Amino acid sequence: MLRILHDTKYDFIRYWKQAAVITIAWIVVGLGFLAFHGLNRSIEFTGGTLVQLQFHQPPQIDDIRAIVDQAGFPNSEITKFGSDTDYTVRAQQHGGGTAASSGASSDTTATIIEAALTKRYASNVRFIRSEFVGPRVGAELSRNAAIAVLISFLVTLIYLAVRFEWRFGLAAVIATAHDVLTTFAFMAMLRLEISLTVVAAILTVIGYSLNDTIIIFDRVRENLRKQRKESLRDVLNRSINETLPRSVLTHATTLAATLALLFFAGEVIRPFAWIMAFGIFTGTFSSIYVAGALLLWIERKWPRPTGAEGKGAARAVAEDRRRSRTESAVASR
Amino acid sequence: MSNLKYRIGLIVALCIVSIWALFPRDVKVRQFGADGVPRDVVQRLVPLRKGLDLQGGTYLALEVDESKQAIPADKIPDAIDRALKTVRNRIEGIGVSESVVQKQGNDRIVVQIPGIQDPERAKAIVQQQAFLEFRITDKTQALERVLPRLDQVIRDKGLATTTAAKGTVAAPTQPATSKGLQGLLTSTDTAKNAAKKDSAKSDTSVAALPTGGPFSSLIQQSPSQMPGEYLVDADNAAKVEGYLGLPEIKAAMPPGKEMLPSNDSTSLQGKTYKLFYVVDAKPIITGEALTDARPNTSPLEGTIVQFTLDNLGGRRFKTETGRHVHDYMAIVLDHRVMGRPPIIQGAIGTSGQITMGQGRDIRDAQDLALVLRAGALPVPLRVAEVHNIGPTLGQDSINKGFRAGAIAIGLVVLILLFYYRFSGALAVAGLALYVLYTLAILAGFDAVLTLPGLAGFVLSIGIAVDANVLIFERIREELDRGKTVRTAIDEGFRHARPAIIDSNVSTILTAAVLYQYGTGPVKGFAVTLIAGIAASLFTAIFVVRTFYIIWLNRSRGAQTLSI
Repeated sequence: MLRILHDTKYDFIRYWKQAAVITIAWIVVGLGFLAFHGLNRSIEFTGGTLVQLQFHQPPQIDDIRAIVDQAGFPNSEITKFGSDTDYTVRAQQHGGGTAASSGASSDTTATIIEAALTKRYASNVRFIRSEFVGPRVGAELSRNAAIAVLISFLVTLIYLAVRFEWRFGLAAVIATAHDVLTTFAFMAMLRLEISLTVVAAILTVIGYSLNDTIIIFDRVRENLRKQRKESLRDVLNRSINETLPRSVLTHATTLAATLALLFFAGEVIRPFAWIMAFGIFTGTFSSIYVAGALLLWIERKWPRPTGAEGKGAARAVAEDRRRSRTESAVASR
Repeated sequence: MSNLKYRIGLIVALCIVSIWALFPRDVKVRQFGADGVPRDVVQRLVPLRKGLDLQGGTYLALEVDESKQAIPADKIPDAIDRALKTVRNRIEGIGVSESVVQKQGNDRIVVQIPGIQDPERAKAIVQQQAFLEFRITDKTQALERVLPRLDQVIRDKGLATTTAAKGTVAAPTQPATSKGLQGLLTSTDTAKNAAKKDSAKSDTSVAALPTGGPFSSLIQQSPSQMPGEYLVDADNAAKVEGYLGLPEIKAAMPPGKEMLPSNDSTSLQGKTYKLFYVVDAKPIITGEALTDARPNTSPLEGTIVQFTLDNLGGRRFKTETGRHVHDYMAIVLDHRVMGRPPIIQGAIGTSGQITMGQGRDIRDAQDLALVLRAGALPVPLRVAEVHNIGPTLGQDSINKGFRAGAIAIGLVVLILLFYYRFSGALAVAGLALYVLYTLAILAGFDAVLTLPGLAGFVLSIGIAVDANVLIFERIREELDRGKTVRTAIDEGFRHARPAIIDSNVSTILTAAVLYQYGTGPVKGFAVTLIAGIAASLFTAIFVVRTFYIIWLNRSRGAQTLSI
């Protein structure tokens, strides 16, 4: 039987302070990037026109820029899309001047850009796709994306409150909110573009991280029922250690699938794969270091009544408090 | 033992249903040849619908254009419902197979036209609005009074100095909304048409209007006595249209008036002029009330389209035209005046006609009648979103997606076999069924496979083994405690179940939210994720368990388990 990390006894909870420093630093740096560079939103959110082109021979980027400028769309963004021969041209919606105001913009911008480039490059250029998004659609999408994240939190909170207990639910949801923040920071650092696909990726990370947290909490719940003479802190540590082999293996398979997407599925899906790859790390991190520590903190802040209900947990928490008192007593001596 | 029979029976039955659901079948596919004529071709295809991003095609989102007509918010859903029927009729009219026309939310229509067959034509027909209005031309000469103001606006914008350059920019940016109809209606040679007009008209010289500003110098008073009619040199028509589209110019127009181009032109002294009309901004009636429209020819008026209004519209039309006897009524289609406004001789009831003029092809009248009939959109629509995906990108995405999927499955299988040996092999067999079931669910629910969906599927393979991993780790723990193989397997499954269910339900909940608030490809992603989780729960908990039971029965008294 091949076994890794079997029967480990790491004291994960002990390092919660270090973990907190690392993760807060990460988020602060990410927000710094965000403040400096601004949010890189895709045209789905900003509105505008995007044309993707494929050239047979690599073109001069300045050349494309000049043609697009001349066609009446100065300040268009021209970027390489993956290889040397793929480019995207992104024009603001109102670049065309009078057309937009008469409500006629639609895809004329794309047509004009295509015509201008065909004139210069003839058969050297091929149009892969074009997109036009009106400003109202973009605003709506941003709102819907935010609503989707919030609702998924709420739904999860309710589900966990029913299946476990509100303390567990709260800890899991805060840990997951932490994942959203670190993922945002990661995107800001890599300057990934926020598109609909990326929103889907973030929600997948939320699901994945919750998955992980729930599996550990499930173990905690089970161990608490066993009525051992153990503090909550020890129960948490033991539960994380017991689920460690599972975590390692599942993360390995998911990471393998994600890496396959990252390297072999093409440019369009790459931002999605990047976020998922990072999500696996942050999801694992938050399940181990954030969720557990939060649960401890919540239990201390709102101690449960010592009744028949949740007897094991109450006893563990009481044990916790007793031990921390003796520890401080030892320290003061 | 009988328990086992039922288990195997269920698994096999599901396999048969899945294979049946996925079995390639004959599908009629409509293709357009080089000549643009559609013909149906029978192809054998696996019944998995590919999204536009995978097969190429055009996606359009339309919304109510309130810049042209204010509509109370509570009326929009109803208007969209009616517009939906119109757009659907039109799309079905061009006969692209598998096109989708549906409502999104309360205020949007989504049109999906798969395959790059004739996207330009489809787009033209959808965007064609056929928004019909009847408006009274201005008889107060209001435009003359504001001309200095209009000139000033143009000067302030700094457009006057670069008139030549601006002219070229303005030309292609004419309202695209009228592109379709304009193409239909001005397809006859303008010059030829104009020459005919010319002979019928008195030959008066053209007088420029008093001021010589950048705007007013382009516009000339019409020699005819029709109120509100102006002439613009055909070469400058595009520029004037561009100017008229500027919000500043719109604001500077006389209150309640609007200046619109006509699809008609006239020629004087060998020069061609485009006609422009100043009309009331508020229509006396819109095409909402239109019930029928038929093309016809009349010896006196040439090609005409006769239309009928419903009773309510007819009544309103009668009172309004009654109030405006001896005024000229412009027939405005998609913000463009059709022909020369006729004079109102007396109150008009439920039927009237649009005169297209002598020498106009009867086909133009047929097309106009068709668009009006099939119909006139109840409200003007504006294109809010267009996605145009070429077929090469789609094919490329499929190829790469499948390659990534194959590599992902390969890696996962390797990890499972390497780490869990025999039990891993059982999990791999379960995984094979998982892939089969998931694809069958997608085919069965007629879900659309999108690129993010493909990614979701690949990803769910990685996650799918999680349930098995949880179970296997539990079995190992039970074996560590010295339990027999049989009990360890039983206990392992039993203890792992709550964790598996709780964690997967929470993922399904997130995916459901994604489905509710996502659009297009993201919805596809949510669907594949949900289908994948459902299939993985079944295969991990039920199928792999069954495999164990079979194994235990065949090797009775097994002392060790390869896990």
